[in-house]
Amino acid sequence: MLTNLGANAVTVRRPEELARVSGLIIPGGESTVMDKLSRLFGLAEPLRAAIDAGLPVYGTCAGLIMLADRVHDSIDGQQTIGGMDITVRRNAFGTQLDSFETDLHVPELGEPAVHAVFIRAPVVEEIGSGVRALASLEDGRIVAVEQGNLLGTSFHPEVTNDYRFHSYFLEKVRASA
Amino acid sequence: MSDSNTAEQSGTNRVKRGLAEMLKGGVIMDVVNAEQAKIAEDAGAVAVMALERVPADIRSQGGVARMSDPDLIDGIMAAVSIPVMAKARIGHFVEAQVLQSLGVDYIDESEVLSPADYVNHIDKWKFNVPFVCGATNLGEALRRVTEGAAMIRSKGEAGTGDVSEATKHIRTIKGEIAALSAKTADELYVAAKELQAPYDLVAEIARTGKLPVVLFTAGGVATPADAALMMQLGADGVFVGSGIFKSGNPVQRAAAIVKATTFFDDADVIAQASRGLGEAMVGINVSDLAAPHRLAERGW
Repeated sequence: MLTNLGANAVTVRRPEELARVSGLIIPGGESTVMDKLSRLFGLAEPLRAAIDAGLPVYGTCAGLIMLADRVHDSIDGQQTIGGMDITVRRNAFGTQLDSFETDLHVPELGEPAVHAVFIRAPVVEEIGSGVRALASLEDGRIVAVEQGNLLGTSFHPEVTNDYRFHSYFLEKVRASA
Repeated sequence: MSDSNTAEQSGTNRVKRGLAEMLKGGVIMDVVNAEQAKIAEDAGAVAVMALERVPADIRSQGGVARMSDPDLIDGIMAAVSIPVMAKARIGHFVEAQVLQSLGVDYIDESEVLSPADYVNHIDKWKFNVPFVCGATNLGEALRRVTEGAAMIRSKGEAGTGDVSEATKHIRTIKGEIAALSAKTADELYVAAKELQAPYDLVAEIARTGKLPVVLFTAGGVATPADAALMMQLGADGVFVGSGIFKSGNPVQRAAAIVKATTFFDDADVIAQASRGLGEAMVGINVSDLAAPHRLAERGW
């Protein structure tokens, strides 16, 4: 997806790989595993420092959890990288049987609606004053947020062919490069 | 705001296949109770697989292997927050209905359990919960996808600690995909016939060069190096069954296999992860198994 948008995409697993990128996407996955491995391989601290220094980061689903300052329903000892002044709830919808797809109105991206896929997804329960909600479900629960160079979505644009959230993020990367 | 198409849809193909996408690069561990599930979660498993007995015990104890007791599955679901998968017997659609009603995140229609139907697999389209199925070759994988499987795992030979069959099956599937990609359009009709799979699916794979679902590998993975071998051969992730809880030090081995799977291309990390793990599970060479005891031959 990033390659199609003209970006040079690489995998980041180690601190030295992080040092070479001008923007980072933390994709979907298991936030508990990301936490363990990022600490084990010394990625967590450099990433916190990079976010403080303004590195643009986009987190989808588990990636959104990693960017949140506060998490509900985390497992014992689970930490996040943080950076966004938000509280998220893990597995907010329930088990896989409650996973779903729906159309979301995202004013920032205009028409048509974004077709969003939620897989054992988190929601954003509280946002601080510096955070902007970009999209909500019909019941009002926030599922896309932005704070400075940080972007987060509960859903997975990477499993559809809608490139708009990723291009929106790349604009942040280019603007801060 | 457009309200023409805002209904929420669950149980769609994209939602089912999507969960498997999120497990890529990870390790899914077999567990028989809540304690083991917790150890797996703490070690960094991306999901756990609930079953009545691990394959090594099914082999040594014999008898009919079935779906787990719902109490055990409930206990496992309560103990961990990562996805919980559970095994149903091949063709046993009522076990699958029960597992769906328990709210598991994925069902494995598995050859490791005793088959309930020697002709038909479960019609997986009828379920909202996604299914993973085993395959030894591309044709078998595509037949399972046609029946609605949202994830495939190569079978290997479960409960042996002998990785050779896992190697064979992942190489076979990858090799057959590569061979399809090299064919011209007019050759795909016969290819579909030979693979005993629908033409449309065969043509799609020839075009994209990959399965339409995530491909994990399983069956005989016992060490960090085994797991990294599977990843270097092109698997999207690894199932580890008896290899962890039949070894000398499950806590350490589970974490080591997770590390080696993430850094599968870094021999220094794999070497470090392989140190001081104590005894690996006692293996059985697949070549010493009489054909009727080979689980991979179940399913068709």
